Amino acid sequence: MTQTAPADPAMMDGAFDPLHSELRIQALTRPSLSYWQDAWKRLKANKRAILSLYIIIAMLLFTALGPQVWRVNPAEQDLLQISSPPGADRSAILVAPYVPWAVEEAPTPVTQSDAPDGTQTPAVVTAPAADAGLELVGTATTQMVRLKWNAMPGAADYAVYRNIIPAKGPGTYGLPLGNTDSAEVTRFEDLLDLRAGTTYYSVVPVDQTGAEMPQSINLKVDVVNSITMEEARARRLLKDGETPELGSTVNFALHPMGTDYLGRDMLARLMQGARVSLFIGIVAPLLFVMFGVVYGSMAGFIGGKVDQLMMRFADFVVALPFLLFMILFKIAFGIGPGESGIMPLIVAMVILLWPSTARLVRGQILQVREEAYVNAARLLGARTGYLVMRHMIPNTMGVILVTLTFAIPSAIFTEAFLSFIGMGVAAPTASWGSMSNDGIKTMLTHPHELFFPALMISITVLAFNLLGDGLRDALDAKMRSRE
Amino acid sequence: MWNYALKRLIQGLITVWFIATATFLAMHAVPGDPLSGAKAMTPEIQQNLEKKYGLDKPIGQQYLIYMKNLAQGDLGISFTQKNREVNDIIREHFPVSATLGIMAVVFAALGGSLFGALTALYRNKWPDNVIMLAVILGISVPSFVFAAFSQLAIVKLNGLLGVSLLPVAGWGTISHMLLPSLVLGLGTMAYLTRLMRSSMLEILSSDYIRTANAKGLPATRIFARHEMPNAILPVVTVLGPAIAAITTGGFVVELVFAIPGLGRYFVQAVQQLDYTVIMGTTVFFGAFLVLMVIVVDLLYGFIDPRVRVS
Repeated sequence: MTQTAPADPAMMDGAFDPLHSELRIQALTRPSLSYWQDAWKRLKANKRAILSLYIIIAMLLFTALGPQVWRVNPAEQDLLQISSPPGADRSAILVAPYVPWAVEEAPTPVTQSDAPDGTQTPAVVTAPAADAGLELVGTATTQMVRLKWNAMPGAADYAVYRNIIPAKGPGTYGLPLGNTDSAEVTRFEDLLDLRAGTTYYSVVPVDQTGAEMPQSINLKVDVVNSITMEEARARRLLKDGETPELGSTVNFALHPMGTDYLGRDMLARLMQGARVSLFIGIVAPLLFVMFGVVYGSMAGFIGGKVDQLMMRFADFVVALPFLLFMILFKIAFGIGPGESGIMPLIVAMVILLWPSTARLVRGQILQVREEAYVNAARLLGARTGYLVMRHMIPNTMGVILVTLTFAIPSAIFTEAFLSFIGMGVAAPTASWGSMSNDGIKTMLTHPHELFFPALMISITVLAFNLLGDGLRDALDAKMRSRE
Repeated sequence: MWNYALKRLIQGLITVWFIATATFLAMHAVPGDPLSGAKAMTPEIQQNLEKKYGLDKPIGQQYLIYMKNLAQGDLGISFTQKNREVNDIIREHFPVSATLGIMAVVFAALGGSLFGALTALYRNKWPDNVIMLAVILGISVPSFVFAAFSQLAIVKLNGLLGVSLLPVAGWGTISHMLLPSLVLGLGTMAYLTRLMRSSMLEILSSDYIRTANAKGLPATRIFARHEMPNAILPVVTVLGPAIAAITTGGFVVELVFAIPGLGRYFVQAVQQLDYTVIMGTTVFFGAFLVLMVIVVDLLYGFIDPRVRVS
């Protein structure tokens, strides 16, 4: 045994020195991420969620900055353009102020020929009805439409009608405008609520007995928008000092999204409505989630009998029929004149909606309380305040955040529902829900009045829902593994 | 089982009592009193009316009277409609709401479980993508918007075909009920589809499905015997709250489609401040919802034997 030890030079000193390896323990290739950094990374990878986030930010900008850019008073009525859809023809011809139809124009060519007698009406009997020559006098504008025709045989009176579709015989003439009350008068001036577009006029002779005769004379008229110089100036449609000739074209005020049934600018109103809808949609969930967190964590923390009692109460509140009680509370809190009803809505939502958050947070707290790391911290002498701040809140924060994100769209929904049935925001204040409510009345003729507010609600709710999905996937490891 | 049912019923009764009390307190917090909105009346008439309705008594006594009447099933007489009992109003209008609600729930449950199963089976293929897109829309678009635009679509369709394919509004025949109940159930259907999808995905990756596949069972049999019955359980659990959401959410649809249901009546009563009707319908709806949740929970015991044991 002793022979080799001194003999082998390789075994001499230094032979057993530890080998200084060039290999070092691999450095971490990435910095360790905190929970929130990790969640943010995951969220960023979720394209839908990030797109939704951008949409939400755009929505908030639309509300906050929109009125600065689009400076139209949402309450101002443009009576020239009521319920006009987006992209409607805005051009109008400049006309002189209205003057009554001058009488110097002869009522009929016939009476003109033998004016002294004036009794020679039978002379025109030969003129057939088809030849009655209903024609337009001047231009047909929204200011007035003037018609004249030749006298018809046997007529003691003429009834004038207007319709939006061509008349097909008796009973289909449309809106009765009036009677001339005389066989002599064969002209008519229509001033009644004229709109640009094609209208069909019918003149029906009425006999001695007051009965309408079967024949009629019809005329298709294209009515164009019109405005007087004075009005155009008052509405600031003309530049200062500009005095265009009569008959030239001016443009009405621009309404990119059209106007509503009172002629108010839809875009401006949508911005104003967004303010109300988003305010309720964000503030109410913030409040009731906060209340739910406090209530739930108290119940979870105290535990025992108190916990049981508190949760039973929460169960009762959950059992209240939600929408009915929203309405009940709203009338219970009352709305004074001039109030918009936003506060009662928020209060009612807070009172009714906190329990679901409370339950969730309580469950989380109970779970976290039993975790080994909490026990370890306790063993090391951590105080309750430290435990709550360091362990409880960060570990429930994810769930709370996800609840909040999902609570926002449902609050926007609720506001829209209530305003839609007329139980939400009161009249002068606009919200997307109340605008939808207004829009549904004219849905068949002017769908844009319902479409835009409905679109805004849908996009916002959709964005918050997708963001909530993304947040849940990013924050909740358990939910993540499922799909 | 019976013990459990009894316990649930007692709990339900307490909940209904709570709802009634909350309603009573809420109504008494309303500024002014039920008679102040009426036409000008002399103090004598006012006093007589207050006496008649028991409004001159202290609030505690009023509460006792209210509770006593409620226990006997008497919800009082309408303030605005002379001699009309709230019970009559409910008896007349609730069946309409219930029919609408039941049809909507059936639509939602059938559609939700079928579509949900489909999305899970065709995960990440086109049926999944299409249905999930529709689901996101269904969750994000308010039902009144669906209602309004489906009405608009029907009007256009009727005009295009020249015949009245479906009525646009009203109530009476089956064809009146189709569109409103579909619209009413749509939101819930979307929600149930999502639920069904995640539950089905979990089932699909479970051991017993692998076993069934290994045994060589045909796919249809696995679907019908193993996948569907297990995956549908979470859907059944939320059916109780879903019925609640649908029946109370119904009045928006009732309003749009001009359906003479209780929800529409409730909205009218609120507008006219018809106190007894408001209170009566709220308590009635509340009791109905509590009952529905209990019934669904009890049924759940029959569907899933594991629950019955515990």
